[in-house]
Amino acid sequence: MQSSRLIEIWVGLFAVLGLVALFVLSMRVSNLSDFNEPDGYPLTAYFQNIGGLKVKAPVTVAGVRIGRVTAIELDPDSFSAKVTLMIRPEFNQLPEDTSAAILTSGLLGEQYIGLEPGGSDEYLKPGQRIEYTQSALVLENIIGQFLYNMAAGD
Amino acid sequence: MIERLRAIGEAVLTTLARVGRGHLFLLQALAGVPSALRRPRLIIDQLYSVGVLSLIIIIVSGLFVGMVLGLQGYYTLVDFGAAERVGQLVALSLVRELGPVVTALLFAGRAGSALTAEIGLMKATEQLSSMEMMAVDPQKRVIAPRLVAGFLAVPVLALIFSFFGVMGGHLVAVEMVGIDAGAYWAQMQANVSFVDDVYNGILKSIVFGFVATWIALFEGYDSVPTTEGVSRATTRTVVHTSLAVLGLDFVLTALMFN
Repeated sequence: MQSSRLIEIWVGLFAVLGLVALFVLSMRVSNLSDFNEPDGYPLTAYFQNIGGLKVKAPVTVAGVRIGRVTAIELDPDSFSAKVTLMIRPEFNQLPEDTSAAILTSGLLGEQYIGLEPGGSDEYLKPGQRIEYTQSALVLENIIGQFLYNMAAGD
Repeated sequence: MIERLRAIGEAVLTTLARVGRGHLFLLQALAGVPSALRRPRLIIDQLYSVGVLSLIIIIVSGLFVGMVLGLQGYYTLVDFGAAERVGQLVALSLVRELGPVVTALLFAGRAGSALTAEIGLMKATEQLSSMEMMAVDPQKRVIAPRLVAGFLAVPVLALIFSFFGVMGGHLVAVEMVGIDAGAYWAQMQANVSFVDDVYNGILKSIVFGFVATWIALFEGYDSVPTTEGVSRATTRTVVHTSLAVLGLDFVLTALMFN
């Protein structure tokens, strides 16, 4: 009888260990805790070129993360990229003339969107479009421009 | 010439018959599962012998696999100035591939072979047929609880393996090499997705657990009831399970992560 109780205790411990592992893998190792992040409000921005920007990339102001990219699609009329940003609800006072730029963290890091607030008294409303955007830097274009300038300078 | 053709034909037919018996055996075992679920005592005993007794090897292997991943990942990544990403490397490798696969291989060696030997010896010592004599269905009394226990134990073992692997990686990357602990966990959290990585890894380990237990039980049940037959069946369990797990892993990876 004693040993069967011991077996039960061990199997219980086994199950608990499994649950702890599942909890750590979902909360600490993966991004499940991001899912209960409040949805916030959407903004859109059009870019000529998004470089390597991906869905779920962070959106930052002054380096502080305030939201993430939720959708990237091609606008069929203007052939520019339409990027939808989801901004956390507490940051609902972004000036209307805020500009968005696609930046890279570090030399090889991932790309993210940096917002630069302007000076307007009007605030961006949910769903509104950010007018001032700066595309991702594409290395080939920069080199091309550099060579062109060199040739023009001669 | 005719002799050779006959030999080939016989080998093919024997293999086909084994495959057929294996599937019939699985159907019978599944039919016994409901009555096994009504007697949780039997399942708990089996969970102890296939799950709890495999814990030590799973934990130790997990720790060392994580430590090796952390160290090798660091040596490679430091050349690119991306040493902080070692957390992501360790976690993704473990959760997606190494956790389910290595757990299933260890399970085949540690618990699968024991299941085969146990059932093979039950058959050799005519315990199974004496159960039938007493109107006890060995499928319900012996096979089904073991199938359920293996099916439950492998995903849990895989989770524990991945968990200790991540901890092993932490031990090397943070305590030994000196990467910032915040960067280790943040890089991991930013790039490991629950649905794509953790959940798919669990699905994989469920499939592997099912296949590994099925093969182990069938090899034992189908073994030639002699000393030599049982030892051959045990070997076949480990070989077939390893091959099945590695093959299935490729198929599942191609389906899940494309």
